[in-house]
Amino acid sequence: MISFDRVGVRYGTAQALAEVSEQVPAGQWLGVIGRNGTGKSTLLRAAARLVGHEGTITIGGQPTARMSRRTLARLVAYVPQLPELPPDMTTLDYVLLGRTPHIGYLRTETQLDREICAGLLDRMDLAPMAGRTLGTLSGGELQRAVLARALAQDAPVLLLDEPTSALDLGRRVAALELVDELRRERSLTVLSVVHDLTLAGQFADRLLLLDDGRVAVTGDPASVLRDDVLARHFGAALHVLITPEGERVVVSSRSAVRPGAARPAESSPGGFRPPGPAR
Amino acid sequence: MKSAERGRAGAPTGGAPTGGAPAGGAPARRAQAGLAKSPGRGTTARAARATLVAAVLLLIALAVGVSVGPAGLSLPDVAGALLTRLPWHPHMGVPAIDTDIVWQIRLPRVVLGALVGAMLAGGGAAYQGVFRNPLADPYLLGVAAGGGLGATIVIVAGGSPALLPPAAFLGAAGAVALTYLLGSGAGRPQGAGGGIGGATGSILLAGVAVAALLTAVQTYLQQQHSQTLQAVYSWILGGLSLATWSDVTLILPYVIVAAGILLAHRRLLDVLRIGETEAGSLGVDVARLRLAVVMAATLGTAAAVSVSGLIGFVGIIVPHTVRLTAGASYRIVLPVSMIGGAAFLVLADVLARTVQSPDEVPIGVITALAGAPFFLFILHSRKARQELA
Repeated sequence: MISFDRVGVRYGTAQALAEVSEQVPAGQWLGVIGRNGTGKSTLLRAAARLVGHEGTITIGGQPTARMSRRTLARLVAYVPQLPELPPDMTTLDYVLLGRTPHIGYLRTETQLDREICAGLLDRMDLAPMAGRTLGTLSGGELQRAVLARALAQDAPVLLLDEPTSALDLGRRVAALELVDELRRERSLTVLSVVHDLTLAGQFADRLLLLDDGRVAVTGDPASVLRDDVLARHFGAALHVLITPEGERVVVSSRSAVRPGAARPAESSPGGFRPPGPAR
Repeated sequence: MKSAERGRAGAPTGGAPTGGAPAGGAPARRAQAGLAKSPGRGTTARAARATLVAAVLLLIALAVGVSVGPAGLSLPDVAGALLTRLPWHPHMGVPAIDTDIVWQIRLPRVVLGALVGAMLAGGGAAYQGVFRNPLADPYLLGVAAGGGLGATIVIVAGGSPALLPPAAFLGAAGAVALTYLLGSGAGRPQGAGGGIGGATGSILLAGVAVAALLTAVQTYLQQQHSQTLQAVYSWILGGLSLATWSDVTLILPYVIVAAGILLAHRRLLDVLRIGETEAGSLGVDVARLRLAVVMAATLGTAAAVSVSGLIGFVGIIVPHTVRLTAGASYRIVLPVSMIGGAAFLVLADVLARTVQSPDEVPIGVITALAGAPFFLFILHSRKARQELA
């Protein structure tokens, strides 16, 4: 559904992203991982055309570079790392902003737009908060309001830039579960930056590991979440454990970690390995 | 300045209504299932209610404005004089001189004050929205400095007073055009700053530079021709004492067009409240939105400045009062600021011509006297809100 062909982004003379090629089929979830400053957010911003890019990004076969901003906004919904949330805006008004690409330049929203947003608030368990201002919502409610706004765009591609960083672990899992449910309900294609590698492996169909603006490794979680790969590209002592259910758990360790409930990944026969030389 | 009510009677009347009042929102339609029982009212309904309140306030201000003056007409006299010029009216027996005072002196002054106030407050609200800066006022990009320079050149060169409005208008609009040219092109390295609306900061800085430059030229001219100091100074302080119907008809088209364009953008200004990047991701062309709003606000405020001089603080006090009392959505802030600004300036003008009657206090002094304490109030309530958060 969305594909990147040799996509690069330059900030002045700095090459933030280079030669990224990747295809995400419709309905799939691609997790973008990597250290800070390796171009993860830039990749999403390029997909939303918030930065200019080299190469080609296509959605459903159409190059995004030639679309109008409005057309693109009907295909791609983008949730930034730190969404701006005017504390005195009501939740309903905030979610209604998501209808902007469907509303003519100087028009106002119709009854249909209101119904769509009321339905989304209902779906997100936010109906009682519709008339409350954003400043009075909790972190989890704000998270759902931001998602509701993105869904109001009715776009098949959802870009989430580390959507859950401000939440505690329980709420983080709940938020990603919600995204996963919505992805199934609406067959959304999801690209998300996730810092928590365990969660990235649990939710994404595929992982794209960026290092220094380039694709280092890409593949299913089992092929990316390996001690040697993580040591090479994160430069820290990370250790991959596998639960009896087969899920990969990435932990940091200052010494070897051997919880009884999990065994070391089969892909790292030597167990814990020290990181490679810092880059 | 002496009030010139008695003895000044001008051209036939044009009978212009006050501008800037929108039709108001649709009657509260918050029948959406599941939302109706929510405690908050829909923003549309709130906008309609606040617009209504502001409109009542404006009517009161207009009535006070027409009724008060050094001629000491009684209320029935004023009412009779008003009715006398209507196409169908009962016989009132009002002296012609009283009718002229009401129709040729008070009414144009009140109507002009309303138009100017609506434009300054609406322009301020629009600038605050488009630059996402609570301290933005309609003079931010050089309208005041350019208008002042234009007026000073005419006064210094001994030009006819009739040249003042066009010169001030050209100066004001030219200054903003210069600011925009310098600011939106410069300071944006390729690709950096996010490609979307990275120009806001450099436009504001260019505005500061252009205003400083034009003010320097204006001050120099003023000092070189010190015999005109009084005239220049009184223009800069602003006032409505020389208002005529021709001033009203001069600026009315600009006010209608500018107010219409600004009101049409009220929803997009709400989209901008979540930031330029996110507005861009929602399909809004931020650069085009900014250009349209700045052009409309500039045309309107330049027209207002050209007939009234530099009346300060209206563009800040009124929108912030609306935000604090009625709501921060631009569907509320824009229309209510325009109507409220009209009411505020009409009342300020009543004070300007009565507190020291028969002398007039410059209206800029009145608005500033109300404005300074208001700034402190805003500051205080902002701090209070942040402490709560």
